[in-house]
Amino acid sequence: MDWSPLVISIKTSIAGTGIALLLGIPAARLVANMRGKSRAILDGVFTLPMVLPPTVLGFFLLVIFGRNSPVGQLLLSFGIRVIFSWEATVIAAAVVAFPLVYRTVRASFEQIDRSVLHAAKTLGLSERTIFLKIMIPMARPGIAGGTILAFARALGEFGATIMIAGNIPGRTQTVPVAIYFAAEGGNMTRALNWVIIIVLISFSVVALLNTVGEPKQ
Amino acid sequence: MSILIDIRKTYKNFTLNVAFSASSGQTGRTGLLGESGCGKSLTLRCIAGIEKPDSGFIEINGKTVFDSESGINLAPQLRNTGYLFQSYALFPTMTVGENIGIACGRGTAAERTKPGHRSKVRELLDQYRIGELADRYPSQLSGGQQQRVALARMLASDPEVILLDEPLSALDSFLRRQVEEELSASLSRFPGSIVFVSHDRDEVFRFCKKMIILDSGSIAREGPRDEVFADPQTVPAARLTGCKNIAVATKAGERRIAVPSWGLILETERPVPDGITHAGIRAHHIRAVKETDTVNCFNFAVESRSEAPFSVTEYVTALTASGVAGSERNYREPICMESSGLTGKERTERLCLPPDRILMLTLSNA
Repeated sequence: MDWSPLVISIKTSIAGTGIALLLGIPAARLVANMRGKSRAILDGVFTLPMVLPPTVLGFFLLVIFGRNSPVGQLLLSFGIRVIFSWEATVIAAAVVAFPLVYRTVRASFEQIDRSVLHAAKTLGLSERTIFLKIMIPMARPGIAGGTILAFARALGEFGATIMIAGNIPGRTQTVPVAIYFAAEGGNMTRALNWVIIIVLISFSVVALLNTVGEPKQ
Repeated sequence: MSILIDIRKTYKNFTLNVAFSASSGQTGRTGLLGESGCGKSLTLRCIAGIEKPDSGFIEINGKTVFDSESGINLAPQLRNTGYLFQSYALFPTMTVGENIGIACGRGTAAERTKPGHRSKVRELLDQYRIGELADRYPSQLSGGQQQRVALARMLASDPEVILLDEPLSALDSFLRRQVEEELSASLSRFPGSIVFVSHDRDEVFRFCKKMIILDSGSIAREGPRDEVFADPQTVPAARLTGCKNIAVATKAGERRIAVPSWGLILETERPVPDGITHAGIRAHHIRAVKETDTVNCFNFAVESRSEAPFSVTEYVTALTASGVAGSERNYREPICMESSGLTGKERTERLCLPPDRILMLTLSNA
């Protein structure tokens, strides 16, 4: 049996989750401190990838990274072709995982007692120190939960992936894509094998989510 | 060394408009007394820079930290104020030692890597008797211990002025007095200004030499503590300093007032100001008539009694004739007084409202 879809899926999910964390945590901090209309707009934009059909996201990504777009042109001038590459699976995974990190971490930041942050300010701690030494540790359970949810979502990504990365075995064929093409091609045994593997992994992820403990206190 | 403040801040249903100064040292401890929602904590937060006033200026030890006209608004980090929160606001993911350590040198990384850093933290821990708690987390501490940590952490940041925001309100009543004394003793050597915010007049009385009474965002009375208690001047100030008997009154002579709802015409020791709107008398100042009393002695009917373990409160109404001060007898408001003895069971009493104890009040400061 060719294990490459599993390897690609795991690699893609880890990379995609990593990017979602790097972008999602600062985004959460930004919006948590905002009020009013600008907050509502930005929150909507950051949450959109969660509510839009993945094929719509895939369409947008095709438009952004496609050969005829400015971004695609720029990347092409450096010799980078995004569409139908492994990187495209990572981009798709990161985009769908981002809102899960963003929303869970934002909720954690907003739960922090304001007076703790105010105290830190009056004690003279810089905004950077407050973020790294107080907000991040206090939001640890939320960050852990968001990471696991994001990983699970990235692992299951199909719609946007198929649109921008396609189905290239050994390069862009992830487990969900492999299941689709195996079933469509009538190879039900192969499809079932992947289904069992993905169910086991997903179940372990949910179990892990339930054991993410309370903050160390 | 002082705080100078003159600010305004408007919300939908509330306007804060305060101007006062707080001097430094033991004699300069300033108490802000007021009911919840009167703007006392908001005032402190404006001084610390956590809230931004709409207009005005704030000066700390001669340095302008906020001035709406010249657009100055220093970040809280640059104001050097020590703020003690009602909830203590300890960092929950740090141990007691780390909580104090991070505040040393106002949180600069350079300070934390200095060779003397550990011993400075150790010194503070020992000074506040929390050495054995150094490795515990805030959630493992009692209220009193948390407060000591918060105090040590605040002083570790070398503040120029100290702002205490209801520091005792979160404590159980039996702990409160003890912690209050510890707090007072710990701060006795602090050279800068201290502003203490509370809704408890006893706390403010014990802790402060100067008092400011806030009512719905405005200053109702300001002055030395003893003067404010002796002569509150305004209705809110009288109420907040614990006066239970306040009634509408009118001037009836050079040293005479009429109080319709009590059915009394009372002599006063000092001349009655023209703007008088209310009169007040504290429950413990009403007493049984002595032989030397010549004025303000009346017969009262005891309407009700309420007994506490060590005192009895009586509610009395004057038995003066109907129409005195323009009031019917049946519509008189009871006056609250502390009964002289636990055995008093009489239906009527002859009582004196000493002329020097009559509070002459106006509705507000404006």
